[in-house]
Amino acid sequence: MIAPKNRGPMSYDTVKAEAGLTAALAKTPAEVVATLTESGLKGRGGAGFPTGLKWKFAAESQGQDKYVICNADEGEPGTFKDRFLLTDYAGLVMDGMTAGGWAIGAKHGIIYLRGEYTYMCAHLEALLQARRDKQLLGKNVGGHQGFDFDIEIRMGSGAYVCGEETALIESLEGQRGEPRNRPPFPVDTGFMDKPSIVNNVETFAYVACILVKGADWFKKTGTAKSTGLKIFSVSGDCERPGVYEFPMGITVADLLSAVGGSDAKAVQIGGASGYCAPAAEFNRTIAYEDIATGGSIIVFGQNRDMLKVAKNFLEFFVEESCGQCTPCRDGNPKLLEGVELLEKGRCSTKYLSELCSLGETMQLASKCGLGQTSANAFLSIVKHFGPDVMARTPHCAGHRKS
Amino acid sequence: MLVNDLERQNSDIVAWLDKYGRDRSALLPVLQEIQKKYSCVSNQAMQVVADHLGIHPVEVYSVVSFYAFLDDKPKGKNVIRLCRTISCDMQGKAHIARQLENDLGIGFGETSPDGQFTLEWANCIGMCDQGPALMVNDRVYTSVTPSMVDEILEPCRKSCGVYALASKEEGQA
Ligand SMILES: Cc1cc2nc3c(=O)[nH]c(=O)nc-3n(C[C@H](O)[C@H](O)[C@H](O)COP(=O)(O)O)c2cc1C
Ligand code: SF4
Ligand code: FES
Repeated sequence: MIAPKNRGPMSYDTVKAEAGLTAALAKTPAEVVATLTESGLKGRGGAGFPTGLKWKFAAESQGQDKYVICNADEGEPGTFKDRFLLTDYAGLVMDGMTAGGWAIGAKHGIIYLRGEYTYMCAHLEALLQARRDKQLLGKNVGGHQGFDFDIEIRMGSGAYVCGEETALIESLEGQRGEPRNRPPFPVDTGFMDKPSIVNNVETFAYVACILVKGADWFKKTGTAKSTGLKIFSVSGDCERPGVYEFPMGITVADLLSAVGGSDAKAVQIGGASGYCAPAAEFNRTIAYEDIATGGSIIVFGQNRDMLKVAKNFLEFFVEESCGQCTPCRDGNPKLLEGVELLEKGRCSTKYLSELCSLGETMQLASKCGLGQTSANAFLSIVKHFGPDVMARTPHCAGHRKS
Repeated sequence: MLVNDLERQNSDIVAWLDKYGRDRSALLPVLQEIQKKYSCVSNQAMQVVADHLGIHPVEVYSVVSFYAFLDDKPKGKNVIRLCRTISCDMQGKAHIARQLENDLGIGFGETSPDGQFTLEWANCIGMCDQGPALMVNDRVYTSVTPSMVDEILEPCRKSCGVYALASKEEGQA
């Protein structure tokens, strides 16, 4: 297993594996949900839906068979924190999932692991088996009569869009990973049309921490709307790339100074689907109410050519679009063609503004989060980095080497 | 494929279906097993799976064609996937790409004539703090330099038996 280049201290170090499950089983299912609601925890996969509320809906859904699904499809460019959590703190993730089973009344847990992480499978299977041996999975979990819960691992097969929760469910059902219309939401019509909670790896790990340390512990950091801590994967032009835990609401500048990237030209917050912040905005905060992120931070140094960055991201989306809806299927290649024109210095101001309005249409009209966000980086780069983008010639400033 | 090979594949498929179950949700795990062992999901394999699951083979094809890690054409024994996403790009993936092409004698998207290597691009493989990163089948290599490329390929050549031949030729020269 490959360790990150650098890692900061983490609250996970202060919580033992299994403690989260013990704490959950000491409460009633309703109390578990109430504790999460009280903590203000929001989903760490990017969209930021309140976890307590999601679990409450699923708990209230009628039906015997329910599912707890851990989204380990981590495909957002620049994100590697879930890989790290599954290697170093998988026990906490499994505690969180089992607590989910207890809270919503589910018997089945599924870890949907991206195909690229196949090498982790043996390690995770061994941990699951050890938990079965200790009766932390299987029949009567933790000695609780009637609480049966087990976890299986299912692999992805190389499709970024399968990280979108309804596409993930389609994929589990043996279909193409094409996102569904929502509603209905997975909490009532999920895997095999049964009520299901889909949560990010990190969300489950924080669930375990919150159950052990209490909602107040979590709430005391972060902002009113974005409570608690968050794991960040940092890469790009900085001295100490790696995995870090920071409070929500940290300013971009503070984060950069912690990783040795203070002289950056720009920072991509939230991966390819995120926002590209120029130096003038480094006083903004990383939080659901300001710049949201699933944890990907990519630092761009002074000599980076930002148009090349936009191009790299668009190439990614052209390839990963599932092709189901027109704004995304046709919009992304159009934007990429536009970037190629810009690269050659052959794009009129009028056409550039048409490209930008196409980007805005994609944000509004696409069916799922992929198409709704794929123009973000392009739009923010065009807005903030005019000299890199417009009127390029082989000799102009925009044509710096990358 | 020889008749014997076909029979062997068919009986493998039946065994995997027994293991994963005979409903639609077993489709992906079964296809993943077929891909892993046979380096592709052939038309024949799709037909067999479809018959057992009671679905049209086109349904199986639509799934195979959707996922990057499933192929209906044979892949090399060693599939090399170099990350082309931005963090690896900034850390010099272009040099690694060039060296891979030079040392394998094939371009991206191609399979070597002896069926041993396929060279492909990958999107971010979760090693962005230590790029350039690549995968050889399920194994990950990080902070790859052009001079490491040959070291990475060497064990694959050995496992394919190409090594014995090549080193013999070198010895004679
Ligand atoms: C294109 C796309 C890809 C996504 N990829 C992931 C992913 O890899 N991991 C993840 O946890 N959530 C991903 N999400 C978000 C999920 O749809 C979902 O919101 C999340 O798993 C819910 O868990 P949470 O509430 O714990 O964040 C993705 C969303 C979209 C639109
Ligand atoms: S927005 Fe893109 S990925 Fe999402 S459903 Fe439409 S085509 Fe598919
Ligand atoms: S960008 Fe190459 S591994 Fe993430």
